[in-house]
Amino acid sequence: MSEVFGIPIQAFLGQLLIGLINGSFYAILSLGLAVIFGLLNIINFTHGAQYMMGAFVAWMGLKYLGINYWAALLLSPLVVGLTGVVIERLCLRRLYQLDHLYGLLLTFGLALVVEGLFRQGYGISGLSYPVPKLLQGGENLGFMYLPIYRAWVVVASLVVCFGTWYVIERTKLGAYLRAGTENPRLLQAFGINVPVMVTLTYGFGVALAAFAGVLAAPIYQVNPVMGSNLVIVVFAVVVIGGMGSIFGSIVTGLGLGVVEGLTKVFYPEASAVVVFVIMALVLLVRPAGLFGREA
Amino acid sequence: MPDATREILRVADLHAFYGESHVLHGVDFIVSEGELVTLLGRNGAGRTTTLKAVLGLVDRRSGSISVGGAETVALPPHRIARLGIGYCPEERGIFSSLTVEENLLLLPEVGAGGMPLDEIYEMFPNLRGRGATQGTRLSGGEQQMLALARILRTGARLLLLDEITEGLAPVIVQSLGDAIRRLKEHGFTIVMVEQNFRFAAPLADRHYVMEHGRVIEMIRKEELEGKMAALHEYLGV
Repeated sequence: MSEVFGIPIQAFLGQLLIGLINGSFYAILSLGLAVIFGLLNIINFTHGAQYMMGAFVAWMGLKYLGINYWAALLLSPLVVGLTGVVIERLCLRRLYQLDHLYGLLLTFGLALVVEGLFRQGYGISGLSYPVPKLLQGGENLGFMYLPIYRAWVVVASLVVCFGTWYVIERTKLGAYLRAGTENPRLLQAFGINVPVMVTLTYGFGVALAAFAGVLAAPIYQVNPVMGSNLVIVVFAVVVIGGMGSIFGSIVTGLGLGVVEGLTKVFYPEASAVVVFVIMALVLLVRPAGLFGREA
Repeated sequence: MPDATREILRVADLHAFYGESHVLHGVDFIVSEGELVTLLGRNGAGRTTTLKAVLGLVDRRSGSISVGGAETVALPPHRIARLGIGYCPEERGIFSSLTVEENLLLLPEVGAGGMPLDEIYEMFPNLRGRGATQGTRLSGGEQQMLALARILRTGARLLLLDEITEGLAPVIVQSLGDAIRRLKEHGFTIVMVEQNFRFAAPLADRHYVMEHGRVIEMIRKEELEGKMAALHEYLGV
């Protein structure tokens, strides 16, 4: 068998892999957005910029301090997560009592400021980040060539996504998070320091975005607007999966990446819009999203 | 043994606000160790708000609330709870995204000597074996038992119970009454807001009657019979 539906199998599998990789990024990013939205009720438009910061911090670490990829994979989310903690403490905290719109405007404005700063410093043309030695090259699977780094991206994303899902759905810490998402005031009246929990949750969501940024650095060009292109699709993913649904955001992210990749094979003209068409259809049939609870 | 001369809760000149609306207008009352006290009054008299204000769950409050001798009016809610308060809210507050077991074990310890799980299950046998059920799939009565059970585990010695019999079948109300009686024997200090006067009267040591956001009268158990007429007047029953 060398063809699937009249398409050469190499092309088919190649796009499937690209779809899975894009889907991995969608999954991590929409997961972060879902965690943040659940507890903070904030639609974090800075997410794309924080993904970009993740890639940049890794790049700067390598260039100025000689910090390698593996260390960056830990340090960059930590550093960017800390900036998230500062943003939550200084700005977001003042908006919880207000309409969603305020949080949206603030985070959108922050994204523009952050992107502007990086554009000022590094210009718009991309910077390249080398693939770490251990993950260079590829494997010939007989039916296709599999670049090792790309396989790593899929595996690392899946581990992080399902690890996060496990912590939230199956541990005591996750029980606090779920209870706080449902009724933060009552949880605080039971003795939990909810304000600190909220700060750390935002920091964690932001760190997830930065982690995705580090993963992306060797594949895409590191540039100041790398996040703003991606984040629009990610918001569509979040809407399709259902705002605030943890499992939904992971599954929808991966699924839509694959759908998008396969659309490139079968009907390339539609590949840029297929996610948005699906979003429109889902909103018509299930306004709360595929995995969301009806309010 | 509870020391009946020790004040566990002293509320003085408590004012509370939701946004612009001024709900409590100088509430005063005292609860001693091991006592069971009720807050009575018509709907809107400020009973539920009084409990919430003690916990710091109103938008703004002023006056003095001392819990076991510590002034709490400036503390955030999680610090107040840690002084050993257990709260059972009117709407029961069972978390629907948590299982029964997660709901039961969620609350952090706020004091020493919490009730062991065995004893809790003995008091509320309906909860046994239901651990994996989604919290809000329990019946109303079972949810109420869960809401009580989870605060007994924490070592809280002061329990604030808001309308625990509301909307429940008489047989459930009766078993809740038995549970409250046992808690009293265990030396818990309890403040109840209760619409069901026939449930509260035989359990309580004292009653505070509230009207328009103030405490207007205190009635001891032994004075109750003589003051029934006045009480009917206050409560409009």
